[in-house]
Amino acid sequence: MQKGINNLIEKFGASDLVERRSGLSFITVDQTKAVAAITHLKDIDGYTVLSFITAADWIEDGKMQLTYMLNNPAEVAEIAIRVMLERKKEAGESMETIHHLWPNAKKWQQELKEMYGVDFPTSPGVNDSFILEGWDDMPPNRRDFDTKQYAEDTFFPRGGRVTHDPATYMREQLDPKDPQYYTKKKKKDINS
Amino acid sequence: MNEDRSLYPEHDENGKPIIDLESHKFLKLWQGPQHPGITGNMSLELTVSGDEIVESKTHVGYLHRGFEKLLERRLFVQCMPTSIRLCVAEPDPNEYIVSTAVEELGGIEIPDNAKWLRMLSLEMARLQVLLRGVPGQAGTFALGLGYQWGNYLRDLILDSFEELTGGRVYHMYIIPGGVRGNLPEGFKGRMLEKLKLIDEFVVKIDKLIFQNVVFESRAKGLGHIPKEWVDKYGVYGPAARASGVMRDVRKTNPYLNYDQLDFEPHVTTEGDVYARSVVRYNDLQMTVDMIRQILDKMPDGGDIRAQTPNVLHWKIPKGETYVKCESSRGEYGMYFVTDGSDKPRRAHLKGPSYTHANALLDKLLINANIADTAAIMVSLATCPPEIER
Repeated sequence: MQKGINNLIEKFGASDLVERRSGLSFITVDQTKAVAAITHLKDIDGYTVLSFITAADWIEDGKMQLTYMLNNPAEVAEIAIRVMLERKKEAGESMETIHHLWPNAKKWQQELKEMYGVDFPTSPGVNDSFILEGWDDMPPNRRDFDTKQYAEDTFFPRGGRVTHDPATYMREQLDPKDPQYYTKKKKKDINS
Repeated sequence: MNEDRSLYPEHDENGKPIIDLESHKFLKLWQGPQHPGITGNMSLELTVSGDEIVESKTHVGYLHRGFEKLLERRLFVQCMPTSIRLCVAEPDPNEYIVSTAVEELGGIEIPDNAKWLRMLSLEMARLQVLLRGVPGQAGTFALGLGYQWGNYLRDLILDSFEELTGGRVYHMYIIPGGVRGNLPEGFKGRMLEKLKLIDEFVVKIDKLIFQNVVFESRAKGLGHIPKEWVDKYGVYGPAARASGVMRDVRKTNPYLNYDQLDFEPHVTTEGDVYARSVVRYNDLQMTVDMIRQILDKMPDGGDIRAQTPNVLHWKIPKGETYVKCESSRGEYGMYFVTDGSDKPRRAHLKGPSYTHANALLDKLLINANIADTAAIMVSLATCPPEIER
């Protein structure tokens, strides 16, 4: 078993361990103990690199999963800490910041606030826009954000963006006088 | 510059510089998003005092196309043409990490021949990036000749890509289950001839850049990354190796058949722009050597694809993984989550530019001269599309 896993289970009550392959494990830690567990992994167990923080939206289970990928370069090992937040319908889940452990964490946290609506109070610049500018809609990476609808509402109608059914369009182009000709011919060929 | 730069501007109790634009001592200056010294569509909001930068803030968002969200709405095989656009300059690592994530969660083992062909494709991609990137660093000091030479040779490698894959920039060669084709007849010989030209180029570049007094005097001591920052700020690949820390996924976490190759990534300790250029220059030579080794060791023919389920109906059980490889810029990874359906639940790209261009670059530019901004940025090899995704 990877270094640090036992501590996570015994000291922080971690669960749902999945050892994906040698040197890569996924484990769930309770939200209230997550920052303490991450601090322990960094300061005691040698997981000194924060590879990334990201989220996965499990809308059907009412959960918002945060994943903290930590790397221990000396042991060539990685642990992904899963934190399952209670998902809110209108966004606004909240999690403790870890920018005091890694300065670059503030950018991921800023992005998560913008794209998933997960707040990290006290994280520097967390409310500043990162990628989106002047965005007042739902955080767009949440599962219930309808990208197609947004694109249709925002960008359509625009000249030159007419959509055709490919089959009908081809028939009309091939024989404008009798668009059904090729369909009839095909059926006839099949019957013969 | 004054000897003790910590005295000016003054700092508040939190260590932040006190910048009062109304005092007319400071000026806001935007470098980018359209600027010859920028590495793509991003911009730097610089606060300068005279020609010295006192504060820098990276702005992205000019290139956001929502790739990660788009991947959640596509079949696994449909993820391929979208994911390659996550980094335009070097798309092949995207093909590799997405394909490998799908294979790992879907329980697919690829044939040995496909592993060698994937390595060839990845190293060719690295080579074409370095052929522009190494002399491109000198370009930031207005020494553009090497860049033109490198571009010619890069074009020859793109010819080889076209021969192997049908595409010059986007290749779509690595796909879930293996690769799309075997080596064309005579490919090895033609590639070896091109590598000889690159050997000559390597000698010329040494004379043109590394023995150039202007390059040396401007690059040495510039944009220094202390060793302690490597873990703290997330420094990867050549930038970390220039600061004395061995970071190369091919060596530390060997994937494909990299453990069968003989190579030793260059590590140095100076940590400045010059050191990062030297590391990349050594990477260029090492890549040429590795392609020769791959061509020599790979089997002549064999299976190139494993049996996969029908890609239009391929459902993958619930699971998650993190797959990474070494791009020319450093560790390049994909966090992939599946939920039992025929589409990914989550696909998150982790590229080195994210940390290099944000927290690290903001820090490195303080006290630098405006004219050195491009040099520091290019030395980190930032790629904006992998930040915005």
